[in-house]
Amino acid sequence: MLQIRNLHASVDGKEILRGIDLDVNPGEVHAIMGPNGSGKSTLAQVLAGHEVYEVPEDQSTVTFLGENLLEMPAEERARLGLFLAFQYPVEIPGITNEYFLRAALNETRKSRGLEEFDAMDFRELLQEKMAHINIDPGFAERFVNHGFSGGEKKRNEILQLAVLEPRLAILDETDSGLDIDALRIVSEGVNKLRSPNRAFIVVTHYQRLLNYIVPDFVHVLVNGRIVKSGDKNLALELEEKGYDWVKETFAGATA
Amino acid sequence: MPAHSPKSRAPKSHYIRDIARLDTSSAPERVRAIRAAGVAAFQTTDYPNTRMEEWRHTNIAPIVGTPYQSLVAPTEHGLTLSDVAPFLLGDGAWTELVFVNGYFADDLSVKGALPRGAFAGSLWEALLSDSGLAEAHLNHYLGPRNTFTHLNNAMLQDGAFVYAPKNAALETPVHLVFLSTAQRGPETAAHPRNLFVADAGSQVTLVESHVHLAGDTPYFNNLVVEIAVEANASVERYKVVREGARGNLLATTEVRQARDSRFRSFAFTLEGAIVRNQMCVALDGEGAECELHGLMLDDGERLIDNAVNITHLRPHCRSRIAYKGILGDRSKGVFLGKVHVLPEAQQTDSNQLSNYMLLSDHATINTKPQLEIYADDVKCTHGATVGAPPEPVIFYFRSRGMDERTARGMLTYGFADEVVSEVSVAALRERLEAYVFEKYSPRR
Ligand SMILES: Nc1ncnc2c1ncn2[C@@H]1O[C@H](COP(=O)(O)OP(=O)(O)OP(=O)(O)O)[C@@H](O)[C@H]1O
Ligand SMILES: [Mg+2]
Repeated sequence: MLQIRNLHASVDGKEILRGIDLDVNPGEVHAIMGPNGSGKSTLAQVLAGHEVYEVPEDQSTVTFLGENLLEMPAEERARLGLFLAFQYPVEIPGITNEYFLRAALNETRKSRGLEEFDAMDFRELLQEKMAHINIDPGFAERFVNHGFSGGEKKRNEILQLAVLEPRLAILDETDSGLDIDALRIVSEGVNKLRSPNRAFIVVTHYQRLLNYIVPDFVHVLVNGRIVKSGDKNLALELEEKGYDWVKETFAGATA
Repeated sequence: MPAHSPKSRAPKSHYIRDIARLDTSSAPERVRAIRAAGVAAFQTTDYPNTRMEEWRHTNIAPIVGTPYQSLVAPTEHGLTLSDVAPFLLGDGAWTELVFVNGYFADDLSVKGALPRGAFAGSLWEALLSDSGLAEAHLNHYLGPRNTFTHLNNAMLQDGAFVYAPKNAALETPVHLVFLSTAQRGPETAAHPRNLFVADAGSQVTLVESHVHLAGDTPYFNNLVVEIAVEANASVERYKVVREGARGNLLATTEVRQARDSRFRSFAFTLEGAIVRNQMCVALDGEGAECELHGLMLDDGERLIDNAVNITHLRPHCRSRIAYKGILGDRSKGVFLGKVHVLPEAQQTDSNQLSNYMLLSDHATINTKPQLEIYADDVKCTHGATVGAPPEPVIFYFRSRGMDERTARGMLTYGFADEVVSEVSVAALRERLEAYVFEKYSPRR
């Protein structure tokens, strides 16, 4: 589904990603862990199409569902089925969740030659989705993330995921700032949205989340490179030994 | 040495001529006194001009330089109910009074139920009646604002008078429709005058629509509104300006609030040529609160000026100013938020926000807070933003499959809708929502 080969990315000449390789197949959950500033959000943003990052297209390739992702503007990537749950979702006063999500879904449907939802049908769909993942129906009428608590913002990202039904969802620290109950609600939501043809990349600092959303693979990102990959036990090991352990053990080997 | 700028020499003779044409024989004593003082002040003051601090960015030379002919009596309007129906909001249930070129048109108006002792109708008729109610309040609140407010006094005739008696709650809004029509002959000016009095403990919602059937005909409305909000009374006032492409409006609203009263106001300026809304509020009783909202939608070559002037005279009052605007093309916008806190007004709590969105490089906005504080125990804050939506917001839309054009359209709509969504009169809110949606939401 997603093949990343030798992905580099820099901002103002400062290199942040230094050659990442990653394969994600339908149905898989990949966790990405790593210390602050190691490039996890940058990887997520580069995949989503943020143009501030320069990617050398002669060295790096990213293929998503058979398409050359790096050539596509962000909105086309989203319409193709890529979704990023932001670490810091923005607030959009004046635009209700319902209006925002209907416009978003209809853009995707239009690009696929599908019929657009009218207001009535969409409201029904939205209510269904909210019920399915246990989200307060009041969210529909509220302005997008406006005045939301940190936890509500993260839940709202999952609601968007549920409505837009992407093929690949990247969750950038969706667990940070959540209390234990919210963490459970969010991860139950994600688990309900797991399916054989949908994949997840879950960026997190905490092994805790991975008790709920059990990953097939865990990758450790240090200084712009994946320095170690393993199964879910790698997360436990990291929790125990800390990042210094990977930094010391592996960073040198790949430098 | 730079050339000395000449004093405004624009003629006043056309106004003086028309003041002389007013019928004085039928005017009550009080009206004659107000007119006489108005003429004197009009003659001795300069027209507002850009050398005056308050008018620095508001060039009204096109108004000052036009020899308008002022209406001195109602004209045969020739309109039918179906002509005014599109401007009405109340579905037959509200009191909706129509004024054609400033004069009450009984035949076009709808009278809803009002509580005992309440009044909503023509100011002139109220002044002629023997109740003395309108007379007791008329011109008690208007300060010596400028030449045009003096002129309004000098030309004092008709307009709306609304009175809510003690402890009465008017259940449906009172809607005042000021309709400008195309006149034959020279360009015309009207000088309507409104007076709204909410007696102690009463509650009333007022909607003022300034609309037209004038096409591209030029005209000028010189409006003064006085509002008295007595102790514990609560007034909500919505003003919606949709003047013609060449219709000018200079409006001064002067509000006096007594103890523990509440005033909430919205000024929506959607269409017109030159539009100035001056909103002056005197918080003249302990515990009074006002909340003033504004939204200007500026396009083409239009000039919109929202001037707010709040005076805190007594302790423990609260004022909120939240004005916004969207400016496109070569339009100009001006916002001045003056807050004056007098020595007695301890524990004043005042906040002002002004936020503007520019859609074109050729549009300009001048926004300025001005605080004059003479009390020491006060909380006065202000903030302003001018600009376009920040890039992370645009990227958020794009990451959800919407392109930049769609994002900008939706954000512009949202920026306006944030104010509109605060409107508590459903019929008006829906009308305005549809308007801003139609104007800014991305087209397919
Ligand atoms: N747009 C940008 N402009 C400048 N520097 C950037 C930009 N984006 C990322 N960086 C830098 O790149 C490095 C990696 O940042 P990134 O946000 O990807 O880290 P992260 O692994 O997500 O960290 P955290 O765990 O704190 O979220 C940091 O040094 C950061 O300051
Ligand atoms: Mg991050």
